[in-house]
Amino acid sequence: MQAYFYALADTLTEQLQGDELYTCTFHGEESDFVRLNHSAIRQPGSVTQRSLSVDLIEGRRHAPAEVALSGDAEMDRARLRALLADLREKLPYLPDDPYLLYATDRQSSETHGDNQLPPSADAMAAIIAAGQGRDLVGIYAAGGIYAGFANSLGQRNWFSSYSFNFDWSFYHEQDRAVKTGYAGFAWDEAAFQRKVDAASAHLEVLRQPARTIAPGRYRVYLSPVALYDLLGTLSWGGFGLKNHRTKQTTLIKMVEDGVRLHPSVTLLNNTRDGVAPNFQEAGFLKPDQVTLIEAGAFRDCLASPRSAQEYGVPTNGASGSESPESIDMAAGELPHDAVLSQLDTGVYINNVWYLNYSDRPACRMTGMTRFATFWVENGAIQAPLNVMRFDESIYRILGENLIELTAERELILDADSYHQRSTDSGRVPGALVDAFTFTL
Amino acid sequence: MYDRIAEHFRQIVPPADYCSLRFVRERSDLLSVRQNVLQPVRSSEDTGAMLTVFDAGGMGYAATSDLSLSGLRRAAEQAHTWARQSAGRSVVDFSKMAPPPPHGEYVSVEHIPWDSVPLAEKIELLQTECARLKIDDRIVDWSASLWHTEVESLYLTADGGRVQQQFRTLVPMMSATANAGTETRERSLGGRGYCRQGGLEVLDHLGYRTAAPSGVMDVVLAPDQMILQIHESIGHPLELDRILGDERNYAGTSFVTPEMFGSYQYGSDLLNITFDPTRPEEFTSYAFDDEGTPSQREYLIRNGTLERALGSLTSQVRADLPGVANARASSWNRPPIDRMANLNLEPGTSSLEEMIASVERGVYMQTNCSWSIDDSRNKFQFGCEWGRLIEDGELTTVVKNPSYRGISATFWRSLKMVGNAETFDLMGTPFCGKGEPNQVVRVGHASPACLFADVDVFGGE
Repeated sequence: MQAYFYALADTLTEQLQGDELYTCTFHGEESDFVRLNHSAIRQPGSVTQRSLSVDLIEGRRHAPAEVALSGDAEMDRARLRALLADLREKLPYLPDDPYLLYATDRQSSETHGDNQLPPSADAMAAIIAAGQGRDLVGIYAAGGIYAGFANSLGQRNWFSSYSFNFDWSFYHEQDRAVKTGYAGFAWDEAAFQRKVDAASAHLEVLRQPARTIAPGRYRVYLSPVALYDLLGTLSWGGFGLKNHRTKQTTLIKMVEDGVRLHPSVTLLNNTRDGVAPNFQEAGFLKPDQVTLIEAGAFRDCLASPRSAQEYGVPTNGASGSESPESIDMAAGELPHDAVLSQLDTGVYINNVWYLNYSDRPACRMTGMTRFATFWVENGAIQAPLNVMRFDESIYRILGENLIELTAERELILDADSYHQRSTDSGRVPGALVDAFTFTL
Repeated sequence: MYDRIAEHFRQIVPPADYCSLRFVRERSDLLSVRQNVLQPVRSSEDTGAMLTVFDAGGMGYAATSDLSLSGLRRAAEQAHTWARQSAGRSVVDFSKMAPPPPHGEYVSVEHIPWDSVPLAEKIELLQTECARLKIDDRIVDWSASLWHTEVESLYLTADGGRVQQQFRTLVPMMSATANAGTETRERSLGGRGYCRQGGLEVLDHLGYRTAAPSGVMDVVLAPDQMILQIHESIGHPLELDRILGDERNYAGTSFVTPEMFGSYQYGSDLLNITFDPTRPEEFTSYAFDDEGTPSQREYLIRNGTLERALGSLTSQVRADLPGVANARASSWNRPPIDRMANLNLEPGTSSLEEMIASVERGVYMQTNCSWSIDDSRNKFQFGCEWGRLIEDGELTTVVKNPSYRGISATFWRSLKMVGNAETFDLMGTPFCGKGEPNQVVRVGHASPACLFADVDVFGGE
């Protein structure tokens, strides 16, 4: 795949005329997707896809376009020749772009994944066996993910990764279920079985009659997965340079009023320890780490090349969305074993669902509890809790009402597969929070 | 192109009970002007095909962007392998599925084709509209854009079925963001809601329009909020694959159960909901779904009573319930699942003035900006960009962050007045997410303004 992409890049270079330059990014995927319901197979299949985004540049004018690639060299070379002709025709109609910025230092890099994946049929056999006598629903996704960058200045970057992500639930009845993820690069049957056993144990608690609580403020524990989802919503406009300079950041009170989160909150975009490519679409390399929040204070924005040029600051290799791809939240000191005793009486939240801002300037989010959420009394799980709506500000969740973060963190490989399988990830602790507001 | 693919398909059909090929080519252009600066003019073309095979009761698919004979043959073999591997272990017994071979065509109505207007003219239009948005120094960001898409699809079955469809859509967008201190608020042109099928004539239909209280009160919702209310608390709960449990690990389940169809009182008797892929200008009109089932208009809820599910042929067989032609895939690389298409609330008889005049104390809300609902599609909370108090039958003070919450199962029963055709608008959303693997599809919605009684309203901090 790498040689094929580099050969296409050479073809583009050969086709340039006059002072033209180009940048291009490649995305490829060879994935198996097996969807399951009621411990049986619902939709099994495979997807092979490749695409190339090309930006043809002449001076400060440029025209970007994306095309699907077949993988057949002759067919794809013809497509690229036609694409360049289209873009060349468009360029005279476009004005100079004052915010165009692309890498001019040749910073080539290569990251090669090691393919240790099992045949999907073998993983399926293990999964169906785990579902015997239970109601299992979910999806197994596995295969290679590829990304590349090239430009006419000779820079070449390559990334490949071979991973699986089995995202599933065991259901008791109606909306009562335990959700679990098992993701990685090599299938470990013993590790999978431990996940199955832990989920089964939680499922037993869900068989007890569910409890409903009145809306109000409760002490809660947010699992690492739940906290990762909250941070994911915070990443939607919280950290981008453009969002900050146009006052649209949901963390505006931290920037304008100096509001601080709890001193134990330190948040990084940690490319070094994540699983995403270390280069972006204009050819800039991402630094190993960008500190977003340090000891409760806002530190740095994520600055894409375009925003950097617009606002006259250096880029830090962010992609166009200016949101973190490899979230890293510092651990606290609360041992996981002490979570229930420290929660004492309150709500243990394993998963949250359908988060959205309910008041952006106040950084207030609403969402639901989902899957295994429990009512806890005197440090012991008493009963599953019927789903509750919450509506609460990050300034309180990770600020004045944060009691402690756990000492252990969980590595979460994002299971999203819109358009292509995600390479986002998080390394996140759990959080013990006081006076968390439930509204419905 | 179509003839070559059809010839390749004829050569690669595996020895199985059923085989189909679904080819999709999607081309799109995004023109955007932000703060009076033209943004990179982006175009894209995505092309590929999905092969689906039924054999011995199992099913498998394989999708590829390699449309050469060898690429399609590899995909057919992969799909066949999956079908054999899932035989006897499948949720659905596909040996019972025998869809008849479909034949037909569909082409979007397009009066002013996108390419008939020069690029420079389209850019100039956006420059003009964008410049009009900066009316005050407190406006800190503003933009105007057009997103045009052309989708061509070819559906072939091994038993001779052939369906060709072409869709043209346009999504106009404008937004302005104002800031004062730590208060920042955005107003937009109905979010991305003014999306329709067609060419640049879609712009002719645009009308340029101009701390809420807390408590239980009446609420009048404009069409650009109604579309979200219909989408989240009627559309998704009526998807039959959710009711059958397929989505329980991701998008969720539904408070609606199979035995409710035919008798359940979903809303007041003013509530009439149709699945209507037949309105040519609406965003998601089509003649056939992505499994080749011919589409037609159907009532899902009539006079408040639940009649029919949003379930495709496969789900209809599984649940033994009536459904609609709604097996839809986001593109060639995802398998069809039960989706909304055009889901509309039929107009009533009240004018907007009559609805507002009937309210002693309430809030008028317009343009969704916040949405969240539980996994059974019951407990929801929605927020709007714009709201005004209604006091003694008159619109009065503008309120900040107008929001409301409720429960789907009871909310629609509080539908008190339904706006007439003059309050009715054809809209939609380009982004409806669902499915494993994940898929985003376009959905059309049409609705009049509506009045609801006794709603739990609240505002911002």
